[in-house]
Amino acid sequence: MNLVNTFFNVDVLWRSLPQLLQGLWRTVLLGGLSIVLGLVGGLALALVRLYAPRALRWIAIAYIDVFRALPVLVWLVIVYYAFPFIGIRLSPFASACLALTTVSSAYTAEIYRAGIEAIPRGQFEAAQSIGLNAFDVMRDVVLPQAVRIVIPPLTNNSINVMKDTALASVVALPDLLKQATQAQALAANPTPLIGAALLYLILLLPLVRLVARFEKRYSAREAR
Amino acid sequence: MAPAPSSDPIIRMRGVGKRYGTFEALRSVDLEVAAGEVVVLLGPSGSGKSTLIRCINHLEEYDSGDVFVGGVRVERGRNLLKVRQQTGMVFQAFNLFPNLSVLDNVALGPVRVKKLAWEDSRRRAQALLDRVGIGAQAAKFPTQLSGGQQQRVGIARALAMEPRILLFDEPTSALDPEMVGEVLDVIKGLAHSGVTLVLVTHEMGFARQVADRIVFMEEGEIREVSTPDVFFTSTRNERARAFLDAVLNH
Repeated sequence: MNLVNTFFNVDVLWRSLPQLLQGLWRTVLLGGLSIVLGLVGGLALALVRLYAPRALRWIAIAYIDVFRALPVLVWLVIVYYAFPFIGIRLSPFASACLALTTVSSAYTAEIYRAGIEAIPRGQFEAAQSIGLNAFDVMRDVVLPQAVRIVIPPLTNNSINVMKDTALASVVALPDLLKQATQAQALAANPTPLIGAALLYLILLLPLVRLVARFEKRYSAREAR
Repeated sequence: MAPAPSSDPIIRMRGVGKRYGTFEALRSVDLEVAAGEVVVLLGPSGSGKSTLIRCINHLEEYDSGDVFVGGVRVERGRNLLKVRQQTGMVFQAFNLFPNLSVLDNVALGPVRVKKLAWEDSRRRAQALLDRVGIGAQAAKFPTQLSGGQQQRVGIARALAMEPRILLFDEPTSALDPEMVGEVLDVIKGLAHSGVTLVLVTHEMGFARQVADRIVFMEEGEIREVSTPDVFFTSTRNERARAFLDAVLNH
């Protein structure tokens, strides 16, 4: 039994590569879309959570708490396998995108909230004192400063969403992991799985490095 | 004798009260300010001066009584933006927007509120910065300026909205001593130019020189209203005299 031939079989890897790349593309598409929708949804949730009338605020808090507590995999399985019973039939891609977006929104909402709450009260007061309405106060003064603060944690969350896309293979979405397991079955050799792992690393390691750089720069600024 | 406020005051406060928990910051305050007048609020710290001034543009919500600005009641709702557009405020901590250039700090208000084009608003902002003596700093960001320069940007930002009233909440208290003068000079230039000034300050010489009326506060109440000459030389109010002794003879 040759370890290299089993796990790093170049021939098998080469033959499965087109399939893996197809899966990678779908993973990037799913992850990218879920990240963007999660960022938008999270901002809306955070603003509701902070500034809406009390009833809406409670709904936002309940949403955020529930989706931070619920395992993504459980929620995804419910969306894909349970929703059809109430007439909602979504494709694997739509199911995965919905599950990832709803959960990601809950996390990004809390991140945005922390960023907004970190802006000194004087900034709000100065903006209000020149007569800006609530929308302009947010757009021109608060959010530009808050977003700058939360870029590192948002990037971190985006990495998590990208990793969670692998769960979509459970609902038969031909993402990177699913393609790799299929190629493995076909070739009777686990090399495609190693190939998939490498592709995940190529995709995400730069982002992880980026967050580390953010954090270093941030803590340096704090120390000053 | 203090000049009587004209029959149609631009600011009218009637029985204004404000409490934080059990602490009464303002107790039934009455005050009228005439258009164009310069009123300076004096008093020990915690006497309610800042709370009073912040009730005028509703940064602080008062619990009882009425505040009118230009005949409009200051309260939550539609009218509030109108009130704030005619009342500029200058803060102790400057509160400039760090994400915007100095020029855009000043230009933002007119663009959003008066729907001016950025180009026009920036041109007027530049003129205002020139007027307060920092035109050369327009392209910089607030953190790159000295405290005195930042506060002059704060004044230019308030002036950009062409307010009828300017509120100053301890505008020089956060400044290094050598920068106090440059800011006070700018404020002096505004006094009696048509705009109404209400100031909270600890600069006694400045107050005496520039004020039409001194309002002395203590424990959330207005204890005396008089001209600077009367207040600083011959006040009969015991508490005011004790206050003056404390701040003038150290």
